Amino acid sequence: MSEAALATALTACAAGAVLAMVWPSGAGARRLSLASACAGCSAALVAAITVLQGSLSWTWRSEALLQPLGGVSLRVDPLGAFFLLIVAVTGAPASLYALGYLRHLDGQVRGRAVHALFNVFLAGMCVVPLADNVATFLFAWEVMALSSYLLVVSDPEQEGAAAAGLWYAVMTHAGFLALLAAFVLLGQGGPLEFPAMRAGAATLPPASQGVVVLLLLAAFGSKAGLVPLHVWLPRAHPAAPSHVSALMSGAMVKLGVYGTIRVLFDLMPPLSPWWGGAVLALGVATALTGVLYSVAEPHLKRVLAYSTVENIGLIFVGLGFALLMRAYGNGVLAAMGLVVALLHTLNHAVFKTLLFLAAGAVIHGARTSSLEGLGGLIKRMPHTAVLCLVGVLALAAVPPLNGFTSEWLTFQLLVAGARYTEPALAIVLPLALAAVALVAGLAAVSAVRLFGIAFLALPRTDSARDAHEAPAIMRAAMLLPAAGCIVLGLIPTLAVAQLTAVVSDLGLPMGQLDTGFALVLPLVGSQLWPIAIAALLGAGAVVAAAVAQTSRGPVRTDTTWNCGRIAQSPRQEYTAAAFAEPLKRVFTGFYRPTHEVSLDVHPVSPYFVRGITLRADFAPWMEQTLYTPLIRAARWVSGQAGRLQTGSIHLYLAFLPGALLVLLLIARWIR
Amino acid sequence: MTPIVLAVTECLCLAIAAPAVVGYVRWLKARLQGRRGADFLQPYRDLRKTFAKGMIIADTTSWIFHLTPCVVVASTVAAAALVPVISASQPGDQLGDLFALMALLILGTIFLALGGLDPGTAFGGMGSSREMTVAALTEPTLAIAILSLALTAGSTSLGTITNTLLTTPANAIGPGHALALAAFLIAMLAETGRLPVDNPATHLELTMIHEAMILEYSGPYLALLEWAAALKLTLLLTLASNLFVPWGIATSLSAGALALGLAAVLAKLALLATLLAVLETRVAKLRLFRVPELLAVSFTLALLAATSSFFTR
Repeated sequence: MSEAALATALTACAAGAVLAMVWPSGAGARRLSLASACAGCSAALVAAITVLQGSLSWTWRSEALLQPLGGVSLRVDPLGAFFLLIVAVTGAPASLYALGYLRHLDGQVRGRAVHALFNVFLAGMCVVPLADNVATFLFAWEVMALSSYLLVVSDPEQEGAAAAGLWYAVMTHAGFLALLAAFVLLGQGGPLEFPAMRAGAATLPPASQGVVVLLLLAAFGSKAGLVPLHVWLPRAHPAAPSHVSALMSGAMVKLGVYGTIRVLFDLMPPLSPWWGGAVLALGVATALTGVLYSVAEPHLKRVLAYSTVENIGLIFVGLGFALLMRAYGNGVLAAMGLVVALLHTLNHAVFKTLLFLAAGAVIHGARTSSLEGLGGLIKRMPHTAVLCLVGVLALAAVPPLNGFTSEWLTFQLLVAGARYTEPALAIVLPLALAAVALVAGLAAVSAVRLFGIAFLALPRTDSARDAHEAPAIMRAAMLLPAAGCIVLGLIPTLAVAQLTAVVSDLGLPMGQLDTGFALVLPLVGSQLWPIAIAALLGAGAVVAAAVAQTSRGPVRTDTTWNCGRIAQSPRQEYTAAAFAEPLKRVFTGFYRPTHEVSLDVHPVSPYFVRGITLRADFAPWMEQTLYTPLIRAARWVSGQAGRLQTGSIHLYLAFLPGALLVLLLIARWIR
Repeated sequence: MTPIVLAVTECLCLAIAAPAVVGYVRWLKARLQGRRGADFLQPYRDLRKTFAKGMIIADTTSWIFHLTPCVVVASTVAAAALVPVISASQPGDQLGDLFALMALLILGTIFLALGGLDPGTAFGGMGSSREMTVAALTEPTLAIAILSLALTAGSTSLGTITNTLLTTPANAIGPGHALALAAFLIAMLAETGRLPVDNPATHLELTMIHEAMILEYSGPYLALLEWAAALKLTLLLTLASNLFVPWGIATSLSAGALALGLAAVLAKLALLATLLAVLETRVAKLRLFRVPELLAVSFTLALLAATSSFFTR
């Protein structure tokens, strides 16, 4: 059953890619290719659920495909199936959404290319979590990276798309090289098949074990967006079309998480606690960096991209915790950490898909992507507003939505760990808990700012005033992840039950976690019953509304109280920048704001000011300290290498035997 | 069944008593400042009057403006349902724990902030921005205070924390307990918008936080919001009394124990409310940008509490 479903999924994506290129009419190509992408995702969903339900695993091998690299080998196990599920639940709404979103590209070659690449991208992401040898993994990884790169640069009108694409391409390929090196070291000269590597990893000398972990963290961290390798994320996400941003943020960066789990928890034996601590610290740093920038960023999709960085950080907090506990030999807590990380991966995939799709609808409808130009959209785009509100509440981690359950579990995790009798943990875990709590609070600020500035009050520009609601198909597509946020929020045990299979398949003992509708944690003696909380909230709200209705007082609508001014204008509203100002002051050491004030004065006297211009920005100190020297070095090296290019054909011919000689020497040395 | 009936009764009692707590604090403050002051029932009269008045809805608002008072009331009542008041038998523990309570309060804060942004006035935005900032910076302190309670009690559920402290009173002697209580009380002042973080008695534009957000509300909506704010203060005071000093709370369902529990909680509430009134008379409001320093103090206290409870256990 799962074999057939998976084959259907990959075939549908391939068919979608071909149809997009060859179907005679542009509209038909769009409909057919995206419908087959959607069908592919549904089939992948069926495959994933079948495997998870039955705790199955099966392998498939073909020597003929990718023959020079050692053949294709696939293994479907619960962990892979869970990430396949994430790709499917993100991909299905994204492809439905694109049906309406990309209508304006009908008849253009670019439209066909985008649809075809979208299918290829999906197929690549479906294969990555199933790969069972290095060749398959790297091939699928590269298909995913290249197709998403082309999608990022697909819109020539998008400002800065080329630069964003360059950042993305460089980061992802640096990551690819690190990955290759790590796999070669991990393979220790043997066959580069995962089962053989799993068997041989225990004999890896400690020094190269450390190098492997570092390389892997760099490789998967650059895909997932761990600080300081996150720099491509806020650039590439806004440049890509919104359904692609949703897919990148919802599924692709999660495959970095997948890779980390596959290698650190499956292929490699338990590591020293230091690594767990390092991953935990990286997670905390990533979460804080992401959320602080997401609070202050004016660009709608960049707010969401930074919030993805934040959530990846929270996922890595769970992973680091699990690594720590695995190192200390506490399997139950390690399993709990992994479950929490995976649950948050799924929850974030669902609500971030919703938010990126909603952001796309906003940009589509209001033709501006800066929060400072939006406002009042709740009246022009009522349905999108409701759907977006569900997404931001999930983002803010408040009950009864899905963001809250994984946040709650993260808190429980850290409390349970802090009770563990290990002095280092008594200091580290309370600090991590404080950081996670701060992140949760700041995420709420970011959520309020995003929704409040974009959707409430008066429109700040003409284009926001004339915004139009998204087409029905786009709204229907957003309804899917919105329903997911609510269902996963009300019944988290639905997902937790699946995760039990994943974790026990990785050899970690699973404590009791799920009983019916409530999340019960016997370990820390606390429990959460989201449906009952939701019922209580609903009942309270209804009663409050009914009570308000019983008042006999007259209700009238009138102009806003105005302190004696003549008329209310959007210029009096709080802006996105003003909203974040108190936090910018509190965290001024992090933001390093730059201010530039220029006065335009009357020629008669400097006391007659005609206009003041203020430019406020942040110093991008992470880029400046880390990347600027690297870029300068790369420039210098390429400048030096350019000297070889003399134009003399004799010299070029001399290079050939020279290169051959060097290669022969290297080959001899390796032997 | 009886514990559930009792829990619902407790929640209703909190809801009904809330304005009286606010009235008492106001009366005592007035006395301390040399004024006669209205008696503690005045907030009930105010609420009745506000409730019967008409409403003016700003024409720039949307349905969020109407939804806000309902969600704020609902989230505060749901949070109140989790708090042990008279009896330590806690059916609310099945719903959620202290972290859930924190999240419910944040839900209310988020909607208050959205309601403040909805009319599009500068004051509303100012209040929302400040309220969210203070709420975000208070979170770490609350989380660590919860942690230090959980470290000794072994759980984050409210009932377990109360009962563990009752059975092993030695837990309350260590420095961790007092530090956590101090941290919690400072965080509570910030959460409920009391001095020195926010002044509940002011309508001075540049210093308002909570009042700025609800400036556009009138009539029944304003009454609901005022009442929810009073309930939030009362529930956090009750929480402080019953989590940190649970003695007197009823451990059985006999009439005598319940009466004693009621008397104990009233006494503790009166004590804390008196302290609050004295504090509010003694200190001046902090500048907004000094508030993070206060919260940092409270955070440090909480962190010390958490680490010390590790070393003393």
